[in-house]
Amino acid sequence: MAVNVISPGLSTTVQDLGRPGYYHLGIPISGGMDRFALRAANMLVGNDEGAAVLEAVFMGPELEFTSAATVAVTGGDLPPKLNGDERNTWEAFPVKAGDRLSFGYLKSGARAYIAVSGGIDVPMKLGSRSTYTLGALGGHEGRALKAGDSLPLGKGAGGKGAVPANLRRMPGNPAELRMLPGLYWHRITAAAGKQFFADTWKVAPEADRIGYRFKGGTALDFVPREQPFGAGSNPSNIVDACYPYGSIQVPGGTEPIVLHRDAVSGGGYMMLGCVISADMDLIGQLQPHSPARFVEVSMDQALAARADRLAALGRLRGHLGR
Amino acid sequence: MSIRFSFGGDEHIFAEVSEEMSLEAFFTSLSMTNAVKAAGIKGVTEICPANASFQIKFDPDRILPSDLMKELQSMEGAASKSDASLQTRIMEIPVLYQDPWTHETLMRFRERHQNPNATDLEYAAEVNGLGTVENFIKAHSSQPWFVSMVGFVAGLPFLYQMVERKRQLQVPKYLRPRTDTPKLTIGHGGCFSCIYSVRGAGGYQMFGVTPMPIYDPTQKVSYLQDEMCLFKPGDIVKWKPVTRDEYDAAIEAVEANRFEPVIRPATFSLTAFNKDMAGTNARLMEALNGR
Repeated sequence: MAVNVISPGLSTTVQDLGRPGYYHLGIPISGGMDRFALRAANMLVGNDEGAAVLEAVFMGPELEFTSAATVAVTGGDLPPKLNGDERNTWEAFPVKAGDRLSFGYLKSGARAYIAVSGGIDVPMKLGSRSTYTLGALGGHEGRALKAGDSLPLGKGAGGKGAVPANLRRMPGNPAELRMLPGLYWHRITAAAGKQFFADTWKVAPEADRIGYRFKGGTALDFVPREQPFGAGSNPSNIVDACYPYGSIQVPGGTEPIVLHRDAVSGGGYMMLGCVISADMDLIGQLQPHSPARFVEVSMDQALAARADRLAALGRLRGHLGR
Repeated sequence: MSIRFSFGGDEHIFAEVSEEMSLEAFFTSLSMTNAVKAAGIKGVTEICPANASFQIKFDPDRILPSDLMKELQSMEGAASKSDASLQTRIMEIPVLYQDPWTHETLMRFRERHQNPNATDLEYAAEVNGLGTVENFIKAHSSQPWFVSMVGFVAGLPFLYQMVERKRQLQVPKYLRPRTDTPKLTIGHGGCFSCIYSVRGAGGYQMFGVTPMPIYDPTQKVSYLQDEMCLFKPGDIVKWKPVTRDEYDAAIEAVEANRFEPVIRPATFSLTAFNKDMAGTNARLMEALNGR
């Protein structure tokens, strides 16, 4: 009961719902960047929602199964092919021993979630199977997959069904990322704050599991101050502090970076606030060069959006009879 | 000192104890985070002390952000009055300053540096008015440093120099961060030194390397089997300059898993330290050297 890696894709890692509890040591939560898609993939193959799956970015791997199983691919539109025959995304399909799973070109989104019944059974590290590549922790040997790897599978009953289009979620064009201003928002001028929301940004090539960089907007104007002792001389510097997940730092005031699941836990750049928890999944589906806007919301709106996402997850569970 | 609280999205509360760095701000942050831990508030999932600030992560499905905010604010009075003292550890970290690996790396990223014609150590000596690299290394390694934060990447300590503010070494970060830093590099940015626990991006100036692992995700290193990360906030560090031969011998010991770090129990009181820094540091050295 294993999955053999024939070719690894661009950067395919084992991920589950992450490893909370160690951020104070600099070890981030990790786990699937698009958690809704990860949960859906697991539900389709009859796994626990938090079982370990493969997260493939931009390009799919080629895999070979050593036993019969159920497979589902969700998230970005990365069309799966079983022994060369196309299968639907967001739909469970059976595989036999010796079958090969490969992928066509990515049509939309950025990350696909490949769930196999029984889950990817790599060892738990600090309570999770997720890969944190920067710290060489978890997943398969703490790294992205390579050709020749063999991943053990757990025991699973399998599942069936499909997720209808109205229950899937992908970013719009431009993507709208709702954000609660705060943290060091007071360091920029009112005009700079207004412009930040007015601009349409573009995802920069430096976009990965640690963070997404955005470019093409207006440089920030800072409120003048004498820099505090220990902060550093640039107006965007602060005394090194903890970074929230989703926080938007702007080194040098030019290109915002939104920290994601493999976030660096702290550093010396001011942050404008955070992308709200309900929209973190969307960031994981953004490709470089795609346009995005930041949309100001209040805490009440952030909590309402979070409740909406929970309700959507409830509808998905209901649809799949969970 | 009045703490500035802010929501970080719908899952975090961020608290800035002070805009500027000081050990007073660190101890207020530590006593606040200890109080939050002790209170066992439902819905709190991560408690992260930092240099002069701290952060609480919570599950808004279990506690309303505004309720948690009120609870944290109510703890501020007690935290600022608490005794700033610690039962802690002092440890010796061997450092090969001016090593070939950080030298090779800094040469590759010269165009991102303030002074492309000097090494990071030459630049640091110059901006601190110390004249020579030897003088700078002496200033860097003669007095102990205080671990005021762990983070950025797994197990990386931020270290604050235990001397009067006017003697504290300060060096700006690189103009643009490097995409590479050797593992176990001793770095410095602003008033903080650090030890890069893993290879990767970084913006701090590079002074040397230590042979001593400080993070081990495989938990095979003898002193990292219980905890993957060596450092905790409040630890005290003394750099020990070593020669290339001593460095190579230490690497050999690390590879054979018989390297034994020098780590001793120590007490630290901020009040005593502020009254007599030289005396406090001398006593810490006695604790380290067992005299």
